[in-house]
Order: sequence, then structure tokens, then C-alpha cells
Amino acid sequence: MSTGVQHLLPCAEPVQLLTEDGTRTDPTSEVRERGYAFPSDEDLLAVWRQMVIGRRFDAQATALTKQGRLAVYPSSRGQDACQVAPVLALQEQDWFFPTYRDSMALISRGLDPVEALTLLRGSWHCGYDPAATRTAPQCTPLATQAPHAAGAGHGMARRGEGGLALCFIGDGGTSEGDFHEGLNFAAVFNAPTVFFVQNNRYAISVPLARQTKAPSLAYKGIGYGIRSEQVDGNDPAAVLAVTRAAYEHARAGRGPFLIEAHTYRLEAHTNADDATRYRQADEVTQWSGRDPIARLRTYLVGTGALTPEREEQVAAEAEEYAADVRERMNREPEVAPLSLFDHVYAEPTPQLREQAAMVAAELEDAHGSEVTA
Amino acid sequence: MSTTTFAQALNRALRDSLAEDDNVLVFGEDVGQLGGVFRITDGLTADFGEERCFDTPLAEAGIAGFAVGLAMQGFRPVIEMQFDAFGYPAFEQVVSHIAKMRNRTQGRLGMPIVIRMPFAGGIGGVEHHCDSSEGYYAHTPGLHVVTPATPADAYSLLREAIASDDPVVFMEPKALYWSKAELELPVTTEPFGRAAVRREGTDVTLVAYGPQVPNALRAAEVAEQEEGWSVEVVDLRTIVPFDDETVAASVRRTGRCVVVSEAQGFGGVGGEVAARVAERCFHSLAAPVLRVTGLDIPYPPPKLEHTHLPGVDRILDTIARLQWDDQPDTTHLAATR
Repeated sequence: MSTGVQHLLPCAEPVQLLTEDGTRTDPTSEVRERGYAFPSDEDLLAVWRQMVIGRRFDAQATALTKQGRLAVYPSSRGQDACQVAPVLALQEQDWFFPTYRDSMALISRGLDPVEALTLLRGSWHCGYDPAATRTAPQCTPLATQAPHAAGAGHGMARRGEGGLALCFIGDGGTSEGDFHEGLNFAAVFNAPTVFFVQNNRYAISVPLARQTKAPSLAYKGIGYGIRSEQVDGNDPAAVLAVTRAAYEHARAGRGPFLIEAHTYRLEAHTNADDATRYRQADEVTQWSGRDPIARLRTYLVGTGALTPEREEQVAAEAEEYAADVRERMNREPEVAPLSLFDHVYAEPTPQLREQAAMVAAELEDAHGSEVTA
Repeated sequence: MSTTTFAQALNRALRDSLAEDDNVLVFGEDVGQLGGVFRITDGLTADFGEERCFDTPLAEAGIAGFAVGLAMQGFRPVIEMQFDAFGYPAFEQVVSHIAKMRNRTQGRLGMPIVIRMPFAGGIGGVEHHCDSSEGYYAHTPGLHVVTPATPADAYSLLREAIASDDPVVFMEPKALYWSKAELELPVTTEPFGRAAVRREGTDVTLVAYGPQVPNALRAAEVAEQEEGWSVEVVDLRTIVPFDDETVAASVRRTGRCVVVSEAQGFGGVGGEVAARVAERCFHSLAAPVLRVTGLDIPYPPPKLEHTHLPGVDRILDTIARLQWDDQPDTTHLAATR
């Protein structure tokens, strides 16, 4: 293979900067050449803190499904490093394109948790303001957000203000046509778009082997002329270092970047799924041992950056965060049936006005009969 | 006044929109250097630059999805699906994102995207080049569906579509690209949601849109000359928003209605129009509302397309079935007695 394309290929093994037991690896020459700089203690501490809060939030959200406060919740427990590090490394002007599994990432971006959970609560679809938060609605139709992120990246490049688009996607999503069209458009238009694949090894029940025969999902980049990398997705230091390098690449006008993060979904697809039907308990146990939070904690305790006081403080902060979410989510959300007609078009059609009048009359009748009953 | 073709009117509308608003971007397959397979984007790249009118990879879902991302950044994409049936790969993007984004985001994120699409047949196109796909889009809340039938409307409705803050599926009847009118551009016709009475009459209303408007007008002439029926022709112009008012007012005047639509009939726009007329005009109707449509078959090969397409004869035969002797047709009842 010529050197002309060598630089597009990922490392032979996923980039790892922290071992599973939380010690610094001796970076391979490949990793050093690619400039994946080991992050500072301060930055890693920020990632660790947000992971602790994120995981507490995730557990709280799962609990809320049991109380009927959420219609459904797809947990990202175990994928915490992927949920947090790429998002914390974004700048305010950047756009983020999340999927339905990325609620933890949304709160890591600073979105209000109740707004972030609106979709899953069922009181509306997207609860936050995409323009104000520069965060697209969580995408449920798989991979359809990839061409959006390509277009948004291209749009930001046209504006020339230095913004980029970060697109999250899952391993299953890489089989969809829109993933490929998104990559291709981003490459052809040299868009500052970073595609971040969270390979959590299952698309609901279907294992990775049924999605791809590629040695790594990151190899899907080279066919489009996109620089690609694979990273240990449970290594917060490596995820942060690689996404930073990708952002630098995109901001420098060198085009899109594809990252495959090898991680694992510790929970079932959602609270409504039964993962024991398609995977073995020892596999889950094995991946539990690669926990990103424990790994980073060990490292930061070792460097002295994480003190018992700080740890206690963050634990309290996480509890407080969860309590606030719980308290607010336990209030019955306000829904307004007539608002169904408000945003179908900028101006409702005459037919929608008629239907709104019909519903208003129905509501009045229902209200009237309740009163008489 | 000068002679302007439908295609020239569309080109001028794109040109004027590009000149007026820097956020307007025209892109798709072959729309750049070539000027589009029907030359609707002719000269735009030369005059406005590659930045404003450009070719994309050959991938319709990608084109539509790319437009979504650009719309999020404040641009107004005008994208082309090269042919009706080539728009299907983009269907998910159109239905799940372009149509729904405003609603999903509580009005915070609109999608000012125009999806231009040559549609329908009658030009001898081989398979996958002649579909009437308007029904799929009209059935999708959140989209405007526009079908101009005159060069003036081609210009004015396309300008309005590009200026709209909502997505518009702009369906251009291929068979009318070369139709002409004496016209001075720019021109402003009635806005979205207003049907036009193209010919006044007192005995029967023909409701048509897009490629069938000229057929309806021809049938009206023949009906008047040969049968003495006075036929009114209503051109819908925009399927969504739908102008119930103009259509119902016409049918209440004439007491009879035939809906003419080139698409296969079952489950289509023609049936929707017929139902709306029946719901609103029942007491004014002297006969059931009838439909003239394409056959319920996949679009046929070129040498057979004229068997499929509604034409003047099928329209006239249908008008003839409108119980002109004012005696209810009870033959179907006799069989069951």
C-alpha cells in the first residue's frame, strides 16, 4: 500500500492510553506518530466527574421507566467514556448529532436533563432547542443523521466560523446506506465532520459479526478517502485524545474523520429488552471488568489528582443531580392537545384549523361530561 | 410580452431566487455544468458559481440528508431528484426528517427545503422515469406539495416555494416542460393554497392538477362543441395546501364533478379530492363524483403509455356517465332483486 493512503488507515490495534487496570500504556510508535497526546490530569478529571454524574443519571433514568415516568430508556452504561469525552471536547459553536442512546451525552453537553428526556418521557419528541444548544434532535431512524452531519459540517465551513459537526452512530448503523452516503458527502465536500461510531457489539440482539466482515469499522473510512482511527472506547484518555486529534484535523480544513470506539452496552437494548436471549453472562462480566470510570479513577488516584474529598464531592453532586431529575420527572408533564397542530407547518393549513376546532370541541365535550359525572 | 416555456420559467425562478438570497443553494445530480437533464438549471453554475449551484454524488438520500444539515445552518437548499422514481431512495429523509423536523422540535427548527422533481409521464420515458408519486408526499403531514400547470405558475410557485419556511415537494410535469405562454417575467400568480378556475362553465366541474390540466381543458372544449355541456376546469396548483373553498364553490355551482389525475387511482390524490367534494357538496350534486385516473398498474412501457394515461376520450366518457338524463342508474339494483 502506498504512503498516499497509509495515513487514512486506523492503527492495527485500537488506540489505548490507559490499560484496563488504569496504568499508562507505553504508546506504540503508531500512536506517537499520529499525535494522540495524553490528556492532562485536569481534563481527565473533568471527564471522570462527568462520567460519574452521567452514570448516576443513566441509573436514575432506568429507575424512572420502572415507575412509569419514562416510556422507555436505552441505557448507555458501560459506554460512559464515549458518551462523555467526545462531547466535552467540543466547542460551543460545534453541532452535535446524537442518537436515541445518547442521553448521557446530551447532559454532558450541558442540556437540561428533563428537556433531554422529553422524547423518552413521551410528552413531545425533541424537548430541547436544537439551534440554541447546537444539538440536533436525537435520531431514531438509524444513520439518517450521517448526511445531516455532513451537510451541517459543510454549512459551517461555508460560514467560515471554525465550527464542526460531531455525528454519533452505532455499529448497527454502519450497515445502513445513509451512513455511507453521509461519509461520502462529507469527504467529497471536505466537510469538518467527525463520525464517531460507538461499537457496543450489538444492534439490539444482532452481534457485530452479522453487521460487518471488516477488520474494524474504522476501515470503512478509507473507501471514501476519510482518515480513520479505532480506539479502546472504554479508555477515557484514549477516547479524549483521539477525538481531539479528529477535531483538530477537521478544524484545520483536512476534512472528515471516522472513529470506531470499541465498547460494550452493559444493559439490554432498552428496559423492554431481554439480553439473556442473545448473549452470555460471562461476556457481560468480562466487559464489566473494563469499566471506564473505575479505570480512570485508578489512574487519577495514582497521580494524586483525585483526592478522597473530591471524590466525595462529585458523588454528592451526582446524587443531587439525580434527585433533581427524579423530582422534576415525577411531576406530571404538561401536555396540550391543541399544540399538536401548532408546528406541522409555520402556518396551519385550513384543514388543520378545521381539525383543531374539532379537537377543541371534543375536549370541551369531554370536560363537560367529566363535570356532569 | 414574450414567449416563455415552462422550463424557462423554472430556470428564471431559480435564477431570481439565487440572486435575491445568498442562502439559496441549488444542488443535485447533473444540475451543475450540464444544467440538468431537462436543462432547468441551465447556466446557473456559470452565472452564480460552483458555490451556489453544484453537482453532488449520485445518492438521493445523501442529497436530501445533506440539505437537512445545510438547512440547520440557515441555508435554503433547492435540491433536484432527477426523476420521480429516482426520488425513492430519499423517501426516508423526506418523510422522517424534512417533513417532521419543525414538528419534532416544537417549531424551533424549520426545514426551508425545496425538493424539485420532474414527475408523471407522457414523454415516452422508459420504466422508472414516469411515476406519479405525489400521493406519497401529499399523504405526509409537514410537506407542501405543489404541481404547477402553466409557465406563469411554474415561475411564481417556485419563487414562493423557495421563500417558504416549510419544505415543498415541487413536482414539475415533464410533459409540460416545453409548453409555452406569452408572459413577462417576473410574474406573481395566486399564492399556495389557491386553486384557479381555468375555464368557466355551468354544467360540470373538472378538477385537475399538473399534467392533466391541459387535457381537462381540451376535453372541456370538445364537450362543449360536441355535446353542448358547459364545463368548468379547476386547476388545483397546490395539492397541499388544498383549496377546498374554490373547488366546493365550483361544484356547488355546476352540480357535477369529475376529478382528473394521471396517477394510478387507488388510494390516491384523486380519491381524496372526490371524497372532499362529496363531503362538502352532497346536496348540490346531481350525480356521484367520478374520477378519471391512470390504471392501477406499474407505469407501462412507452409504447403502451397512452393506454394508461387519462386523455380527452376517457375524460369525455366519464363526463357522459354523470346521469345527464337525471334518472338514477338502477341497473345494478335490478340484478340483486
